[in-house]
Amino acid sequence: MASRAQNMPVGLRIALTGFVVIWLIMAAFPFVWTLWGSFKVELDFFSIADWTNAITGHRTEQTYGSPFTGAGYHGAWVEEGFLRNVINTFIVCLFVVMTSLTIGTLGGYALSRSGYRYTFWLLITALIFRAMPPITLVAGYMLPFFQWNVWGILPTTIIVLVAINQPFTLWMLHSFFQNIPKELDESAKVDGCTQFQAFRYVIIPVMWPGVITTGLFSFLLAYNDFAVTAMLLSEDNRTMVPQVAAFLGTTYTEGNIMFAVAAVVSATVPLFILVMFFQRQIVSGLTAGAVKG
Amino acid sequence: MKHRTFFWFFMPTGLAMLLFIALPILSVVVQSMHTPHEAVLLTVENCTPFKCTEETTIDQDATAALRAAEPLGRFVGLDIYLDRAHLAIGEVGEAWASSASWSAFFSALSNLPFYRAMSFTLVFIFTVTPMVIILGLLIALSVNSIYAQLRGIVIFFSLLPFVITPLIGALVLYWMIDSRGILGNLLQWMAGDPSLSLKASTGLMWVSLIIYGIWHAAPFAFVIFYAGLQTLPQDQMEAAQIDGASRFQRVRYVILPHLMPLVTFVTLIQLMDNFRVFEPIIGFNAEAHATSLSWAVFNDLGGETRQFSSAAATSVITIIGVAILLTPVLIRTWRDFRGKV
Repeated sequence: MASRAQNMPVGLRIALTGFVVIWLIMAAFPFVWTLWGSFKVELDFFSIADWTNAITGHRTEQTYGSPFTGAGYHGAWVEEGFLRNVINTFIVCLFVVMTSLTIGTLGGYALSRSGYRYTFWLLITALIFRAMPPITLVAGYMLPFFQWNVWGILPTTIIVLVAINQPFTLWMLHSFFQNIPKELDESAKVDGCTQFQAFRYVIIPVMWPGVITTGLFSFLLAYNDFAVTAMLLSEDNRTMVPQVAAFLGTTYTEGNIMFAVAAVVSATVPLFILVMFFQRQIVSGLTAGAVKG
Repeated sequence: MKHRTFFWFFMPTGLAMLLFIALPILSVVVQSMHTPHEAVLLTVENCTPFKCTEETTIDQDATAALRAAEPLGRFVGLDIYLDRAHLAIGEVGEAWASSASWSAFFSALSNLPFYRAMSFTLVFIFTVTPMVIILGLLIALSVNSIYAQLRGIVIFFSLLPFVITPLIGALVLYWMIDSRGILGNLLQWMAGDPSLSLKASTGLMWVSLIIYGIWHAAPFAFVIFYAGLQTLPQDQMEAAQIDGASRFQRVRYVILPHLMPLVTFVTLIQLMDNFRVFEPIIGFNAEAHATSLSWAVFNDLGGETRQFSSAAATSVITIIGVAILLTPVLIRTWRDFRGKV
């Protein structure tokens, strides 16, 4: 690789680097801009008169005496009680990740260790289920949930999200389990372990990297969901994403839109931290399915 | 593994998928063939000394009793699929008979909700998918050739648009493209038209949604292709170089064939994901200019009047669309499987 890099013409090298830099700006600038703008008043963030106001905070300075203001955050977190939505989101994510990993590792392990033909059909069914848009399933849930009086509460949403996550979790864990040699659990069984003991004490300890990667994607699916949480949660139990949508739905009065901007920035922070610490796992998870087919 | 052991290991996840994916699909199909009961009407004759008037009122008790007895509503077969909000067979036939030209026919179609949604969805799928693959490839090839120390940083920032919540990512872009946002201002300045606005222009709205789609999915393609480039056989590259292949020829005849299976994989995933485009339409507040089937379901389910039957019919049509897109994936998986056995 080094030899190829050395004999690359300077012009091409500059062009490629420039292209990467432009891409990086495209990828990161919207976030930087929104973060900066979230500390301004609406007339600066959406500036009709002069766009440089968004950078200097001209109107913000006129209103608050300083180019930065936490008014949007105060509005979202204190006046509108965004904290409750944040707590709801983390309750949902925690339980979704724990439950889908527990039942997903059991199922994925079984699928990777059984040689019968039905495992193939089960995996194909899971693939079909994975392609279903969640919103079409939501149309099927709502009427029964209303009738059984379980609509609007967090446990219902958690169970639904776990189920919708399962096909993806199964495929990912299945491909990780395939990489662990079968001799490992066979020798454990020769030593007198039951299948479950072999799974629990021999396979799981070496599976941690795969389990963590799958857990990350489970978390992202639950955290990023809009269709299910917006439709199945009542107003009091909303998670962050439907709450942001609700901020927009209320009239665009001055200040209110800045609540939404502040809420959007707050909801981005956990994802930012996640990518910072788990970049390697996310990349390995994305490529796990692809490179092996 | 014994059948019995397999059953106990697989049961929890199998049960979850059966109850919350398979059954809802069935329930949606059943629901789509029923419509709520009409109110029971009661006609009473009121006579005053001078004249008699007939008054029609809704019999609240009888209506409530009927709705409680059969919560699904009455069976109407495929009527909901054929009505104006869905396939609109009658309206399409009429437009076909009355339109003098193709363009008149298409403009008549674009007033029908289903065809409006489909036209945007198809344009979205067939522009975003190729653009994502091209952009992903270009980034992967460029990153692969720059200094190795910088790659971690590039991957970190590239992942952000991909892991971001779709609704939030759409909002962040929307606020910038808004006529009062920085990009909107820039566009107005470049076009020399201060009244240019995203909310007023269908074309601009479609372009913005497509840009969002590319921005969101390109990192996925990039990461996959970049991983593929790491497994590129070096001896083939060197052999091509010795044979006098130019840089472009090496990309065209060595690197691209090596990445081809990954291109197929990304295409299939992208086709399925772009078909269910939904969150950006909410985030961009775009329903006046662009809709999709998923958006139609969401719109029917939300609001004061929840139209379950209409939502269910659109859902079934969506599921059929997904099934059509999925067929090549299934055939490919089946071939792989048979190849292995």
